[in-house]
Amino acid sequence: MTNVVIADIGQMPVNEHWDISLRELGLGAMQAAMQDAGGLRPNALYVGNMLSGALSRQAHLGAMLADFAGLTGVEAAAIEAAGASAAMALRVGYLAVASGQVDTVLVLGVEKLSDQVPAQVEGALAMSSDADYEAEQGLTLTAQAAMLAQRYLHEFKVPEHGLGGFPLTAHANGVHNPNAMFRKAVKAEAYAKASMVSAPLNMFDIAPNADGAAALLLTRADLLPPKFPHPLVEIVGSSAVTDTLALHDRPDPLVFSAARLSVERACAQAGILPKDADLFELFDAFSIYSALSLEAAGFSTRGQGWIWAQDGAIQLDGELPIATLGGLKARGFPGGATGAYQAVEATLQLRGQAGDAQVQAAKTALVQSLGGPAATAVTHVLRVI
Amino acid sequence: MAENDHNHEHARVLKPDHPVGIVGYGAYVPRYRLPASEVARIWTDGTGGLPIEEKSVPGLDEDVVTMSIEAARNALARAQIDPRQLRAVWVGSESHPYAVKPTSTIVAEAIGAVPSTQAADWEFACKAGTEAMVAAMGFVGSNMARYALAIGMDTAQGRPGDALEYTAGAGGAAFIIGPEAESLAEIESTYSFVTDTPDFWRRQYAKYPEHGQRFTGEPAYFKHITSAGEAMFEATNTGPEDYAYAVFHQPNTKFPQRAGAMLGFTPEQIATGLLVPRIGNTYSGAAIIGLTAILDIAKPGERIMLVSFGSGAGSDAMVLRVTARIAGKPELATKTEEYISRRTEIDYAEYVRMRGKLTMK
Repeated sequence: MTNVVIADIGQMPVNEHWDISLRELGLGAMQAAMQDAGGLRPNALYVGNMLSGALSRQAHLGAMLADFAGLTGVEAAAIEAAGASAAMALRVGYLAVASGQVDTVLVLGVEKLSDQVPAQVEGALAMSSDADYEAEQGLTLTAQAAMLAQRYLHEFKVPEHGLGGFPLTAHANGVHNPNAMFRKAVKAEAYAKASMVSAPLNMFDIAPNADGAAALLLTRADLLPPKFPHPLVEIVGSSAVTDTLALHDRPDPLVFSAARLSVERACAQAGILPKDADLFELFDAFSIYSALSLEAAGFSTRGQGWIWAQDGAIQLDGELPIATLGGLKARGFPGGATGAYQAVEATLQLRGQAGDAQVQAAKTALVQSLGGPAATAVTHVLRVI
Repeated sequence: MAENDHNHEHARVLKPDHPVGIVGYGAYVPRYRLPASEVARIWTDGTGGLPIEEKSVPGLDEDVVTMSIEAARNALARAQIDPRQLRAVWVGSESHPYAVKPTSTIVAEAIGAVPSTQAADWEFACKAGTEAMVAAMGFVGSNMARYALAIGMDTAQGRPGDALEYTAGAGGAAFIIGPEAESLAEIESTYSFVTDTPDFWRRQYAKYPEHGQRFTGEPAYFKHITSAGEAMFEATNTGPEDYAYAVFHQPNTKFPQRAGAMLGFTPEQIATGLLVPRIGNTYSGAAIIGLTAILDIAKPGERIMLVSFGSGAGSDAMVLRVTARIAGKPELATKTEEYISRRTEIDYAEYVRMRGKLTMK
């Protein structure tokens, strides 16, 4: 199979962009991701997006964004897999280039949430759960994550604020990311005092909904311009796995099976073990997801993932840095666009371009996006050549 | 971005041909108070921060008409003019009792200003009162009228359980605008900063307003208040240090404190006009009732900056200078502080009854 490299990356700051529309957000990221590749033009555009139909009354994003970016004529389509939409678009782009059928692919993650009031956004996000058996009952993703957390804390006798290290680490790292929504470190005392959103999850346990767009240009190494200005990052592993959509259909709701399988398969393809990764961009939409994702990836046994957050092991200079540029918590959670940000940030780390958030000597990165509580899990392994 | 271009536009300040000012002013606040902790007790199990201490609640027999009449009578008492000399009676509110049928005609009749007068109701969310004041400046400043009465008054609505329910209060103020030579405070100039910004609205037949949550902050309240205030500084060649007092629209305690700091005012300069912690957000009345509290204690020569804000959105900035004729005027009617101190605390159940929130059919 053809080797797939990341020719360029681009991102818009994550924020509540009251004055930037869906298409302008997408355009900004796409333009930024076509600057350094020596005029390399994409033959296909795959857009990861979850809610443009529900919140912007705009479907057909492939044609719309290709048109707006001046790429009319290319193959283009939107791909939806809830919070993992852009990660799935990255996988589709990867498969297209790897298959030899497409030379160059532009992968865009874009989400515009702030055109609607928060209650409607929360309702729209709940569309990613089972409409008949979960959302219909009034269950939001936040409430569901809170129930997971409650069970987790009870089952494994986690001390109070035991999950707090995840958001505190994310905020400490977000300080160094110019594209992060929150660039302010948070003290443990502030976490302990934060108002409860859905017990036991407080304000800091939940990533903030925001607007954003990030893009990656994928191609074959031999198509790159002779003087390509960056260290070359290759996608060496890619896997997407699904689980039951409804949480109650799983034998153990505290096990993210799809996340485990997708890590195993992506790492097997890359010929590494998860512990060989120098950083792990996991899907910290809720602090409980971080603990469960670490367990699913094999970094902890069941019920022990929270221990990673206790002593600095997940910080930039720790054993396993996570959320290195703020994660979903501090960079912000732009819905289905999130996976593209995670891959862009991992690429910055592997190129050595992460500034003050740089993980020293980072060669291999594990990147994972989840749709809902890992009903979809998409994992990529990136490596600098 | 197009919005930022507004900031560079030369401020088009309104200044009347013939100097105008406030000849008489009057406030009104109903006596009932609902502590914000009561709203939290019912809706959030007592948790969460409180945006104010308590809000004023109108009694069963009070509405924008009766409250406007109270404030207008106070203004007349201070102006000491014949109400038949009022050439306009204008009431700005978001809670006019009728959708069609003016509040202003009832007020005009009640205070004896009919029939040779203009009368109309104004609506611009929370800045309808200052908009009426600006129009009154035009009436008097052009010499078409000697006096015009402008009122901003509300019995503000907030959906039960909504963030607005903590703050939506009742009250407002009335101002008789007249020639500067008769004024207790000259209104030197005014400037309005207006854009189409949908931060807060109430549609036809809707009982309660809706809001864009955080969108009501930066792109709405702060942008308009600070833009209007800065334009006023520039146009009048003044800075925050030139004012004894500043007063802003006050939807909660934090917003006006922060807007004041952004414009360079000290907490002391805004303290007198900051009434929202004790009476809530009186919507069309919020900025201007703060002005009445300032006039109650102001001294000749002191300058005041007022900046209102109405959602949708716009801000009216006014620069006032207190004259020697202020002497003795505050004592001619009930002072704002006296209205605020006159309080009867109620609980959430009494509030529900008084505001008609319990519908039996």
